[in-house]
Amino acid sequence: MEHIPILRMGEFLLITVQVDMHDRLAMKLQDDLTERIVRFGSRGVLIDISGLEIVDSFIGRMLGNIASVSRILDAETVVVGMQPAVAITLVELGLELPGIRTALSVERGMQILRREAELAGLEVLKDANMEEDGNPPE
Amino acid sequence: MSTVTLSHLLRSQESSLLEAWLAEQRRSGNVRNLIADSDLKRQSAEFIQLLQQTVAEGDSTDYSSSTISREMRRFLDSITGDRAQLGFSPSETATFIFSFKRPLFEAIRTSTNDVTAQIDEVWNSSLLLDRLGLYVTESHQKAREGIILRQQQEMLELSTPVVKLWDGVLALPIIGTLDSSRTQTIMESLLERIVETGSEIAIIDITGVPTVDTLTAQHLLKTVTAARLMGAECIISGIRPQIAQTIVHLGVELGDVVTKASLADAFKIALQRTGFALAKRSSITAVK
Amino acid sequence: MEILQSDVLQIRQPEDIVLVRTAVRKIAIASKLGLVDQTKLVTAASEIARNTLDYGLGGEVRVDMVRDARTGVRLTFTDEGPGIPDLERAMTDGWTSGKGMGLGLSGTRRLMDEFQIASKVGEGTTVTIAKWSR
Repeated sequence: MEHIPILRMGEFLLITVQVDMHDRLAMKLQDDLTERIVRFGSRGVLIDISGLEIVDSFIGRMLGNIASVSRILDAETVVVGMQPAVAITLVELGLELPGIRTALSVERGMQILRREAELAGLEVLKDANMEEDGNPPE
Repeated sequence: MSTVTLSHLLRSQESSLLEAWLAEQRRSGNVRNLIADSDLKRQSAEFIQLLQQTVAEGDSTDYSSSTISREMRRFLDSITGDRAQLGFSPSETATFIFSFKRPLFEAIRTSTNDVTAQIDEVWNSSLLLDRLGLYVTESHQKAREGIILRQQQEMLELSTPVVKLWDGVLALPIIGTLDSSRTQTIMESLLERIVETGSEIAIIDITGVPTVDTLTAQHLLKTVTAARLMGAECIISGIRPQIAQTIVHLGVELGDVVTKASLADAFKIALQRTGFALAKRSSITAVK
Repeated sequence: MEILQSDVLQIRQPEDIVLVRTAVRKIAIASKLGLVDQTKLVTAASEIARNTLDYGLGGEVRVDMVRDARTGVRLTFTDEGPGIPDLERAMTDGWTSGKGMGLGLSGTRRLMDEFQIASKVGEGTTVTIAKWSR
């Protein structure tokens, strides 16, 4: 079954959503991610949605759920790269994604996560080696 | 019998009617020196020919109600459009038609000694010219509306400059009233510039916004919320005392939006957040 | 109103919603809608299609490119599901019959230039939405 890859970058996880997700794929992503946070003890999650042309209430709800679940598992979530047209539409729709942190780019999002981790008094690897952990969990 | 007269008159006395009419138009001064003499002469001659056609095609006993032909409409629309563009008033434009009455009636009077025929003729031609004049007035109105609409759109595009104040700091000075369609244009251009420049702070300055009602405030909030979804913060500046009072009076919740009285104050905050500080040159050299 | 182009898509499973979004985007571009209006239309289509699937138990959507004074896109969603008993309440912000965030219908209406809904209990629901090029 197709899935959205979750990259592990040191203490953080990076998800780049590029395809127009159907509902089952979105649900699967949510499950995969929760499992990864626990397995790697990740401190933060970056979700890059710059490739998404729309965010409807279903995907909006999924983002909200990810943020809430991550927070319980002590990981901060930052949604990055939302397109202007998507942001305007979400506001008009009445979906303001409360409780979700946002950043303009992956780089800026990463800075936010690092700062958070530093505030929490944790050592953060500066040169996190990128590796794709492609295998879906069983 | 009298009907033949007008059609005939227009044809047989075409050149003398034209001369008299041109003299009349110059005398009444409605040309305002904005239309070249040669153009006026061409337009007047064309009108007389079209009028002749209209009368000839119409009901022979009562041409006053004859239909205004498509050629005539097109001609009238074109001269009205030109005049509206030049800033003529509707009455000035309509005078083009009405000023033809005097030379025409003059010609009718000298063409026959039968007083009843004269009156019939004058009445009929007057009705027809009145209808043409009204048509011109309506056409003028439409032309003006078209011009106003185009100007509005041009203003809309002109009125929303997004300027870069500093690395990572944008400013959007809004001038004029904020309505829905304008806010959408503003919102779009601001958010696009945020992405292009990677700016994390945008200052929306409303010094030039005359009044703020609930709707305007909501529009502003929507812009701030959309920017926040993308990862940028907005500061609203230029809030005048009475606008601050209105916002409180209307019960609009600005939430945690940062507001400042002046653009300068907002800029200072923006610099602080991006990690810069302002210092006087003398104090820097003193430190050295 | 003149219909320039028309297409019917089935909405039977979650994957179909993606196909509806793709088809609507294509026709929105062909109708010369601006990027923001395209996004609003596709988002609205996604919302209503999901309603059709979840509450209407599946149905179909007719996608029309129309021309009146301007060109635009008109979408007609029909299902033969249980229908909505209290339309007025369903159109209120914050109302939801189940798992939604309560923005479905009222939020979608704000995205569109035109929005009509007709529903009969036991017979089904029809939602018609339209967006015009500016």
